[in-house]
Amino acid sequence: MPTIVVEVMPKAELLDPQGKAVAGALARLGKSEFTDVRIGKRFELTVDGPITDATRATVQQIADDILSNAVIEDVVAIHYPEGSEA
Amino acid sequence: MTTRIGVITFPGSLDDRDAQRAVRMAGAEPVALWHGDHDLQGVDAVILPGGFSYGDYLRAGAIAAVSPIMTELKDAAGKGMPILGICNGFQMLVEAHLLPGGLIRNAHQQFIRRDQLLTVENADTAWTHQFSKGQEITIPLKNADGGYIADAETLARVEGEGLVTFRYAGVNPNGSLDDIAGLTNPAGNVVGLMPHPEHAIEPGFGPDTPVAMRSGVDGLAFFTSAVQALQAV
Repeated sequence: MPTIVVEVMPKAELLDPQGKAVAGALARLGKSEFTDVRIGKRFELTVDGPITDATRATVQQIADDILSNAVIEDVVAIHYPEGSEA
Repeated sequence: MTTRIGVITFPGSLDDRDAQRAVRMAGAEPVALWHGDHDLQGVDAVILPGGFSYGDYLRAGAIAAVSPIMTELKDAAGKGMPILGICNGFQMLVEAHLLPGGLIRNAHQQFIRRDQLLTVENADTAWTHQFSKGQEITIPLKNADGGYIADAETLARVEGEGLVTFRYAGVNPNGSLDDIAGLTNPAGNVVGLMPHPEHAIEPGFGPDTPVAMRSGVDGLAFFTSAVQALQAV
């Protein structure tokens, strides 16, 4: 069954406390070439049946309204499986 | 007629019983409401309690904000019903877009539990009119995701319209922008804050004060404010 991937990241201009904590750990381990770490989310949506234009519209709406909060996050990418291009 | 104030219980709510007790001590009748119902049971006001609804999955308050009962709650909010969101309830109100901005993980990544000094910034809301502007109160704070954020435009509007209802005083415990601890909507009927007024209503169980340990009852005025506002209608 086809799987659609939605990627959400905290807005670039806002503090990402989790990313900052990981960046601090990397610095302590001597991995000083990495100046910043940001942590986002990856959602995998499995669809029962073919991916239609209606499916794509629904995925966009879910991504914008539920999977992300536009106040603090951006939907940075939605990946559809190969061969499902409209 | 007795004022009836509903408290909605979600999967993972912790402080719903405490909120019900605060309602009773303020002289109103608490009504237990259920997240899965499309029914506010004719209550006069609603409290969204603290806790970790749905384990804070997705984002704190996000899944609760799309619960069945939120349809009726949003409708009631638009009609002026007093609604108070405490901690997780505040997170639900921002996720439901009833209050502006968002709440993220505390800046230092740690859960906090402390008796928090607050400054009352807006004493014209349904839940704060028994305070006075500039008054300092002590209310317990306990959360992991209490960092208030908003983009520059939203923040300017929140400040310009006087929507900031409480600010952290003395110390900013979680990195909140402009020390924001609580907000109201422009109409003043919807209020949300991270600290827990329902834990400061009864001598012996509240925060410490200079007078005596656990004697702080600054939270009671939230609930008596709402009762008074409703009985004046």
